[in-house]
Amino acid sequence: MVAVTSWGRLSSADHLVASLRSRFDAGEVIKATKPGIAYGMGRSYGDACLNPGGVLWETRGLDRFIRIDIERGRLVCEAGVLLRDIQEMTIARGWILPVTPGTQLVTVGGAIANDIHGKNHHSRGSFGDHILGLTLLRTDGEVIECGPHLRREWFCATVGGVGLTGLILTAEIQLQRVSGPWLNAETIPYQSLDEFFELADGSSSEWEHTVSWFDCVSGAGRGLFIRGNYVDVSSGPEPSGRSISVPVLPPVSVVNALTLRAFNSGYFNIGRLRAGCSVVHYESFFYPLDSILKWNRIYGPKGFFQYQCVVPRLAAKEAIADILKAIAKSGLGSFLAVLKTFGNRESQGMLSFPCHGVTLALDFPNKGKNTELLFNRLDAIVGEAGGRLYLAKDARMTRSFFEATYPRFQEFLTYRDPGVSSAMSRRLMGY
Amino acid sequence: MAEQCARLWIAGAPHQIILVGRNFARAEVVAADLRVRSPVTNVECIEVDFCSPEKIQHLADRIFSGGAVDLVLIAHGVLPDQQQCQIDLNACGEALDINGISPVLFAEAFAGHMEKNNSGTIAVISSVAGDRGRRSNYVYGAAKGMVTRYVQGLQHRLSGTGVRAVLIKPGPTDTPMTLHLKQQGARLAPVQRVAADIVKGIAAGRLVIYVPAKWALIMNVVRHMPKVLFDRLNI
Ligand SMILES: Cc1cc2nc3c(=O)[nH]c(=O)nc-3n(C[C@H](O)[C@H](O)[C@H](O)COP(=O)(O)OP(=O)(O)OC[C@H]3O[C@@H](n4cnc5c(N)ncnc54)[C@H](O)[C@@H]3O)c2cc1C
Ligand SMILES: NC(=O)c1ccc[n+]([C@@H]2O[C@H](COP(=O)([O-])OP(=O)(O)OC[C@H]3O[C@@H](n4cnc5c(N)ncnc54)[C@H](OP(=O)(O)O)[C@@H]3O)[C@@H](O)[C@H]2O)c1
Repeated sequence: MVAVTSWGRLSSADHLVASLRSRFDAGEVIKATKPGIAYGMGRSYGDACLNPGGVLWETRGLDRFIRIDIERGRLVCEAGVLLRDIQEMTIARGWILPVTPGTQLVTVGGAIANDIHGKNHHSRGSFGDHILGLTLLRTDGEVIECGPHLRREWFCATVGGVGLTGLILTAEIQLQRVSGPWLNAETIPYQSLDEFFELADGSSSEWEHTVSWFDCVSGAGRGLFIRGNYVDVSSGPEPSGRSISVPVLPPVSVVNALTLRAFNSGYFNIGRLRAGCSVVHYESFFYPLDSILKWNRIYGPKGFFQYQCVVPRLAAKEAIADILKAIAKSGLGSFLAVLKTFGNRESQGMLSFPCHGVTLALDFPNKGKNTELLFNRLDAIVGEAGGRLYLAKDARMTRSFFEATYPRFQEFLTYRDPGVSSAMSRRLMGY
Repeated sequence: MAEQCARLWIAGAPHQIILVGRNFARAEVVAADLRVRSPVTNVECIEVDFCSPEKIQHLADRIFSGGAVDLVLIAHGVLPDQQQCQIDLNACGEALDINGISPVLFAEAFAGHMEKNNSGTIAVISSVAGDRGRRSNYVYGAAKGMVTRYVQGLQHRLSGTGVRAVLIKPGPTDTPMTLHLKQQGARLAPVQRVAADIVKGIAAGRLVIYVPAKWALIMNVVRHMPKVLFDRLNI
């Protein structure tokens, strides 16, 4: 047995880890060890990739490329390949992943199973929109080939299906043409939520990538809006390649009211100084946190939550303002409040998170009851507005809240693999 | 480990690689991956019986007939069940064959060709387990000890020539070989890191490479520990 945590470090229960090493015997392994759940890089914050006391199918060993069609930008690879390794391999050949999350240290399988989104949802949708096909292994030995045009119902259940339909073994990904690794990025400080919405709406047609950072500690409503487009330049800054690591687990969270306030106003002021346009490397633009290894340790032994919700566009202004007010009032604040808009493209996955609207993501140190009370208040606002919480981040929503906010869950259940079970599936679906 | 090393080698520059394995299809999976990573690299697979001296000799002859080889990495092995080896001499014999005799035969076959050309590098993966026998895995340790002693002798033979023999001694590493140890919660070094150290060490011209480096220190202590103390350790 091995102690395993997810990114939020809220628990570190023992698991039986079955490492998958070859796509040819993965089927035997999962059949012999079921029930279990796939575990990629454990970059989910909550319990989607956990199965305390039970089996984890660790997929990192399934890290082989299978083939690439460089003319058309189509890559076939195993599900344990890291997004970073794909991009490092393809960028010099003029291709990049069309959608990536805020870290590239995640697996292809994890990116599909959470149907992850990037800073460009308004222009390119989510990860599942660029999957041409995938191979799904069921724990009874059945192999299901599916895609957007092939056994589509299995595809739609598996994209965003948090690992519950079986093991994704391989996938074919459509890459995006780029002229090089650089983007033209612009940082714009803003002083109110209204200003944020103006910037977001005004940028969506001209700018492929948009995101904003919001200071929800000071209550001032200020933030930084960041937008970027790939540019065709012959040279530009390289990522430093250096990384630092949080070497030890501090005995208590070092994130407290004081450090938060200092950090947030510091970040805001630095951002204000840097406001304007610059050419940046895609790694610095998309994955600023990847150079700080194990940053999740700063929250101490109790771990932390990330609360990420989306609220539909019509209700967004009011709901986001209410949420931010509730957080400021609670004083429980957060380092990284990320605010961005989703486009109106409908997600394919039955349990996909994105919908036309606004998403807000915030980190909270685990302070037990107080944190939970705040989350309950936020849930009420999100539910009222017709929004939902992101399964990749969630560790605590109730089953009834899940059922009320994921309207296709009933349909999804029919595609579940009875040999797959996770802490999340038991919490939200009963088994 | 060999696969991870190959990934690093081809990332730097185009290479010509021959993968030698016991199963062609399995080697082809690795080859396909390397070809995607580096379209300018040429990868070929050859299947061979790892315990047949004739076939190993033939393989080396065949490879060299196609041109000289700069670097040979000998990286096969299995971690046998020590208990099983104690009660079943067949298991014991097999473990000694594949971990001890087989790598020696490969190295010997290639050394001859390289010596003739007066150039090339032969890197052999032994193990820290070969530095001192201990109850939990001395059959494996004995085979690795043989490899270590063999490479030492080969280095002596090749001194003053243009051929270099490199002895690599990894500590416990996260690979398919150590799956069962991982399940028991053993601390294993990430294979990517171990491979990076191997590649760096070979490029730097080192003759003995402990990976990760801390194992040089640890094994120094273990090798010199008085028997009375050592006997009390449950390792
Ligand atoms: C710093 C940071 C920034 C992030 N930013 C974003 C962001 O901007 N947008 C976003 O959408 N997400 C974001 N995330 C979340 C992250 O992208 C997702 O949680 C992603 O799914 C993690 O991938 P993983 O490989 O670590 O999978 P894990 O966390 O290990 O697993 C995630 C889910 O995928 C399933 N799974 C994994 N592999 C397979 C497989 N082969 N077959 C079937 N199921 C499988 C697991 O069972 C689990 O349900 C961020 C996370 C971090 C830590
Ligand atoms: N992992 C560790 O902790 C560790 C520590 C010290 C030393 N080492 C040594 O490091 C080297 C590489 O091992 P690894 O850790 O990378 O393990 P690995 O991934 O299991 O690689 C071992 C290789 O040996 C091959 N092999 C095993 N038995 C064989 C046989 N009878 N005939 C032909 N090929 C055979 C395997 O081939 P298939 O692919 O066909 O199975 C596999 O490619 C080995 O010499 C090992 O002893 C490992």
